[in-house]
Amino acid sequence: MEYFVQQLINGLTLGAIYGLIAIGYTMVYGIIGMINFAHGEVFMIGAFISLICVMVLGMFGLTWVPLALLVTLIVTMALTAVYGWTLERIAYRPLRGSPRLAALITAIGMSIFLQNYVQLLQGARVKPLQPLISGGFEIMRREGFVVSLSYLQLFIWILTLVLMTIFTLIITRTALGRAQRACEQDMGMASLLGINVDRTISLTFVMGAALAAVAGLIFLINYGVIDFYIGFLAGIKAFTAAVLGGIGSLPGAMLGGLLIGLIEAFWSGYFTVEYKDVASFSILVLVLIFRPTGLLGKPDIEKV
Amino acid sequence: MLAISGVHTHYGNIEALSGVDVEIRSGEIVTLIGANGAGKSTLLMTICGNPRASRGRIIFEGQDITRLPTHQIVGLGIAQAPEGRRIFARMSVMENLQMGATTTKPEYFDHDLDRVFALFPILKERRGQRAGTLSGGEQQMLSIARALMSRPRLLLLDEPSLGLAPLVVKQIFRVVKEINERERVTVFLVEQNAFHALRLAHRAYVMVTGRISMSGTGRELLSNPEVRLAYLEGGG
Ligand SMILES: Nc1ncnc2c1ncn2[C@@H]1O[C@H](COP(=O)(O)OP(=O)(O)O)[C@@H](O)[C@H]1O
Ligand SMILES: [Mg+2]
Repeated sequence: MEYFVQQLINGLTLGAIYGLIAIGYTMVYGIIGMINFAHGEVFMIGAFISLICVMVLGMFGLTWVPLALLVTLIVTMALTAVYGWTLERIAYRPLRGSPRLAALITAIGMSIFLQNYVQLLQGARVKPLQPLISGGFEIMRREGFVVSLSYLQLFIWILTLVLMTIFTLIITRTALGRAQRACEQDMGMASLLGINVDRTISLTFVMGAALAAVAGLIFLINYGVIDFYIGFLAGIKAFTAAVLGGIGSLPGAMLGGLLIGLIEAFWSGYFTVEYKDVASFSILVLVLIFRPTGLLGKPDIEKV
Repeated sequence: MLAISGVHTHYGNIEALSGVDVEIRSGEIVTLIGANGAGKSTLLMTICGNPRASRGRIIFEGQDITRLPTHQIVGLGIAQAPEGRRIFARMSVMENLQMGATTTKPEYFDHDLDRVFALFPILKERRGQRAGTLSGGEQQMLSIARALMSRPRLLLLDEPSLGLAPLVVKQIFRVVKEINERERVTVFLVEQNAFHALRLAHRAYVMVTGRISMSGTGRELLSNPEVRLAYLEGGG
């Protein structure tokens, strides 16, 4: 029981990271029908920007953790969003309307390019960061086994919850979100009504990148080490999460992220750490066989 | 108000419009009839810049709009209820209407909403419902109402009667007449349901394979033997 709870806590934290990244995959897929394979790299860049930001703030003597984290969060979201915007603008927009394969290959190319770009700028060595938030609650203890919920994990959950709530409100309640949903359903019609479709797509990349940036920051403060390669596996897992939840569905991406995080944590906890990735992907295969639209994806029955 | 001259439109190598000239004056209802595949929908979409005319000019109220991006055209006062209605099925009726008001000032919204609800009372009852669950007739009303939310001076309607029960068709045509007469909205109406559409029209054009083959007042075309044979007898 104690062990179970501990894995649950770990899984939820992992799930927050995957869920935040998965939203970017699912939004972009929803609006332009493309898998942005470079999105994992956007997350990685977010992690690096966070690291640089924390260090620069430290150099200027800003070491009060809550303020440092807040500034880092804002700076990271903003700068990573610029990367997302630029990526769409120079790599994907010129290819709009061309065959899907061309866009897919470009996305893979951008992914490799961004990895190499960060490797060249930052070096291939692993970058460490001293823990920013330490301590925590002890929730259970039995026969020497302690279940703890660290302040760090609590912070990660609250941050994720707040951001996902804000994000959901933007999508469901604002004119921008309405325009995004309209473009998702019928871009041509949206433009007939005066929606600037290019701008809406740009903003979709910006929002996806900003959330991936938060995942990057969370990854950094949770694990304390990053390198230029972290985007690859996290990206694939988040993509798996998006497909598991139903690609194109926002609640699906959040749920899928959570599930992949939990599956991974429980698998590592009860079976073997080596095969945790295989476990997530096997679940994906099963879902695709028995429910190809994902858990919350819906077949378009209403489309007349 | 709208002058289309020598317009050609291509889909890849296929030429769908081969030199179309149409003139629409302020306050008119102008009907365009023609067989399936003649290029009627292509003409309405070309006015809105998607697809773009490959040759020729489209002038709206003195301004050349031939090369304008689609999303800027509605802001000038041209709205379209396109072929197939194209309502946003996964959004509510209300959200569809909000989408229609994209280019207008927010302070007009409530007033404009009352106005389209007065024209189509059923939409008021259904406002919280998902648009995809509406009947065909209601979806068509929503499509027109959504176009009206942008306060157009020129309304483009593409086969609003397609697939609808006669009673619903009558209601829709009555509303078209009403917005033309009361609100002075100019209407460019594409129809295969030629009889009603020609009766409603001040003037009309006939399109055959990407060209205008005939034009005149609605009454003239209604009594023209060729038109009667091709578009009214049996079909009507
Ligand atoms: N998206 C498209 N791509 C290629 N050809 C098209 C497309 N839309 C229409 N066409 C062709 O253009 C011609 C005119 O079509 P359309 O404007 O839809 O005619 P109408 O509305 O009069 O029935 C037809 O031959 C049709 O096959
Ligand atoms: Mg047509």
